[in-house]
Formats: sequence, C-alpha cells, structure tokens
Amino acid sequence: MLDILTYPFMQKAFITGIFVAIACALLGTFLVLRRYALIGDGIAHISFGGVATGLLFNITPFFGALIFALIGSLGILKLKDKALINGDSAIGIISHASLGIGIFIASIAQGFNVDILSYLFGSILAIKTTELLMSVILAVIVIVIILLFYNDLFYITFNEESAKTSGIKVNLLNTLLIVLTAITIVTSMRVVGLMLASALIILPAVSALQFNTSFKKTLIIASVIASSTVCLGLILSYAYDFATSGTIVIINAGVFLLLLLSKKCGSIVKSSWHG
Amino acid sequence: MSTILEIKDVNFGYSNTMVLVDINFKVEKGDFVGLIGPNGSGKTTLLKLILGILPIQEGKIIINGKSLTDFSEWPKIGYVPQKATSIESQFPATIREVVGMGLLSLKSFPKILTQKDSERVSAALKTVNMDTYSDKRIGELSGGQQQRVLIAKAMVSKPEILFLDEPTTGVDQESQKQFYDLLAKLNSQGTTIILVSHDVGRITKYVTKIASLNQKLEFYGTHTDFCSHDKKHKHVYHNHDLCLDRG
Repeated sequence: MLDILTYPFMQKAFITGIFVAIACALLGTFLVLRRYALIGDGIAHISFGGVATGLLFNITPFFGALIFALIGSLGILKLKDKALINGDSAIGIISHASLGIGIFIASIAQGFNVDILSYLFGSILAIKTTELLMSVILAVIVIVIILLFYNDLFYITFNEESAKTSGIKVNLLNTLLIVLTAITIVTSMRVVGLMLASALIILPAVSALQFNTSFKKTLIIASVIASSTVCLGLILSYAYDFATSGTIVIINAGVFLLLLLSKKCGSIVKSSWHG
Repeated sequence: MSTILEIKDVNFGYSNTMVLVDINFKVEKGDFVGLIGPNGSGKTTLLKLILGILPIQEGKIIINGKSLTDFSEWPKIGYVPQKATSIESQFPATIREVVGMGLLSLKSFPKILTQKDSERVSAALKTVNMDTYSDKRIGELSGGQQQRVLIAKAMVSKPEILFLDEPTTGVDQESQKQFYDLLAKLNSQGTTIILVSHDVGRITKYVTKIASLNQKLEFYGTHTDFCSHDKKHKHVYHNHDLCLDRG
C-alpha cells in the first residue's frame, strides 16, 4: 500500500490535502461556533462565477475564483452593513448572482464544461505543481494568520460585546475571518471541489466539538480529523477507484456520526450508572 | 474623591423611538452605583453606550478624564455581560481559557499569554472561589458559578471600574447572595462598580448610590436619599420594597 506514496501525483495530493485540511479545520471551528458555517457554501457559489470567467478569458481559474471570492465576500459584508440586509440574505444575493454568471458563461462557451466539472467536484489527483504551490502557500498564510490572531478570534467567538470592551477591533476581525474563508474555499477547490468545499470547513469542526474539551484541544482535534480523513480518503479512492472528494466527505460524515453516537451512548451509560 | 465616569447630555434612540433622554450624572471613584429601572427603561442601552458597544448619537461620555471616543485604557474597564446564562453548554472553553481572555486588553500584538498570566488567572479564580474548577468547561457550571467565573475574567486585569449587566438573571437565591457579597468585597477594596439590575429590593442593600432610570434619569444620589424618596418611587417598581434592611 505504501507504494502509492512513490507516485508524484499522490505525493502532491497528500501535501495539498493535508495543508488545506488543517486550514479548513482551524477556520471551521471559529465559523461553526459563530454560526457562520454556511458562509462557506455561499463563497463556493461565488467562486464558481470566477472559475467560469477565468476559463472564458483564459485566466487561471484558481485566480478567477480567488478574485471573485475576495470581492464577493467583502461585498457580502458591505451589503449587510450599508444596505442593512441581514447576513443570510446578503450571502444569498451575492452568491446566487455569481452562480448565475458562472452558469450563463458555461452555457454560452460550451467548450470548457469538462474543466468546470473538475472544479465543481474536485480533482486532487490531477493537481498541477503550480496549483499545489498556490494551495499550500495560501493554506499556510491562513494557518499563520489564525494562530497570530488566535486569542482575539477566540474572544470574539465567545462574546463579541465583551471583546469590544477589551479594545478588540471586532469589525476588523470579522472582515479578516470572511476574507480567510474566501481564501480557504478557493484553496480547497481542487481537493474536494466547490460543491463540497464547505464540508471540509464544517465536518471536522463539529466532529471535534463532540469531545467536549478546551478550545485549544478542539482546534488540534479538528486539524487531526481533517488531515487524517483527507489522507484516508485519498488512499481509499486510489485503492478502489472511488471519487476522491466524495470519499473524503463521506468519511468525515461517518466520523461525525460515530463520535456523536459514542457520545450519546457514553452519556446513556453514565446516567444509568449514576441513576 | 475624583470623578471616574461622567455622562453629559446623552440622548439615544432606535429609529424614531427615544430610549434615553438628557442623561447627566457623575460617578466618583469607589462608588457602588445601582442602575435601576423598569424593563425598557434604557439601563442596558446606557451601559452599552458607556462601554462603546453602541455608538454615541448625542452627548458625551468621559471615563477617567478621557472622552470615550479617544478612550484606549481598556484594561481599566471590567465588564460582565447580561447573557451569562446563554453560554452554550457545548462551548469548548475551560474556565482558565475564559478568564485568560480578560488579560487580552493588557496585551499588544501578537497577544500571547505567558506563565505569569497563568498565575494571574489562578489568583483571580481563587478570589471568586473557583480555583478548584479551573480545567472544567464553562458550560458545565451552574449559572451562579458561571457568573463568578465572568467576574474573575472581568477582574483579572485589575480594572478600576467594573460594569455588570443584570448579573444574577437565572441564578439561584443562595448564589445571588454570595455574588453580591463578593461585589461588596471588591468595592471595599477600591473597585468602582456600576451594576444594572431590575432586582431593586436586593441591590439597594449593597449599593452606595442609585441611578433610577426611566428614559430620563429620575433619581441620582445616595442610597439614604433614595430611601427617603421610597414612597415617591414605589409606583414605578410596582410597590416593591426598595429599601430593605441593609444589616
């Protein structure tokens, strides 16, 4: 089985997958606890418009998606603050407008529909060296920023109002969080595809929360779950010729269910023991 | 005594509804002020204005001689919010981690907590008798215990002025007594306290000054003066006995 590590395409997939998974898990823990979990889905829809635009104008789709995701995510914040539209609606307006652009472009330029599918559903085994470098660099940037602002992000996640009274720039950190989400979604585009990008943000985080432990340990557990499920997904998809992105997400969902069930069983045993 | 907080000509409203009208008062160092009033009287709004959570629309707020717009001495401020009871039981934070957040106002980027900070957290937890629980998650505690942890978090940076918003909501009677005794102890050690509460009967037993709010400031003065006005104020608080025996 270890021979799969000798193939350059598998090496690239493992390296990209692990870095992207850790970035998703760290960011996801903050987003899930702040009830922003589904913003990832919105940004993924926005990125789709960028991918299609990139393919149409012969710009690397990665950059097209990144530009759309960054502009779109900042647009969501502006719409929410200036037009006084609630967060969910702001995400809906911008993400669906961008999705519409993507579908429109795909329909008028039918030649690249196969390429689009690889961005929608991921193709980590076909990742190019430049994409690997971009994904790893961006994932490292996201991880380092989260670690540098760890205590402030932890505080605003616990209680925004209290954080404000400690002089923490809450609005700035909220903007930072949404920009990091945009970057992370784009970096995970090749790993699990835009359709499932937010799964890597949500599932490892909610799985880690089942351990009922400290914040620091929750972040570490989420990172371990995310990176190990990506590796397991890669191995299984290689061994049995499964779709990699789907396999990764199914394993993550399975891990969550197992942890949830064992927690429930544990509390039943505990209560009957004490009862 | 010197003035630590001054509210000058403050007016505030949401849309077209005025919540606070022409509020003026001064808090001296060492005061224990009970900010009371019926539901919807603007107590929490005033507190949020003082703390910079809501933007000032009209008037001026001066803390420690500095206008709130230029204020940056956040370590001097401690705040215990209203919604302690809404801490989710699943939130993954230990008591030690929660109290540690109170030190962030003292830190500059990148905000890293040191061993010395950890000792300060332990000392703050000891003050509120929660040191034996330090590795428990905050969601596992009772309402009263959570409030004591939030007091420790607010006090860990050794603030000069402590603000509390309805701190005993959802807390049992015995824990409430312990909680107010703790506040009285902190006040006797020099901390200025501003306590928002609708539990008028209980807090008048502890506070030195009372600010009675009902959109306008209806009364501001000492506890003794307030009690001599007891009959006058009773109608606002549905005949609640406002001046229980302080003994």
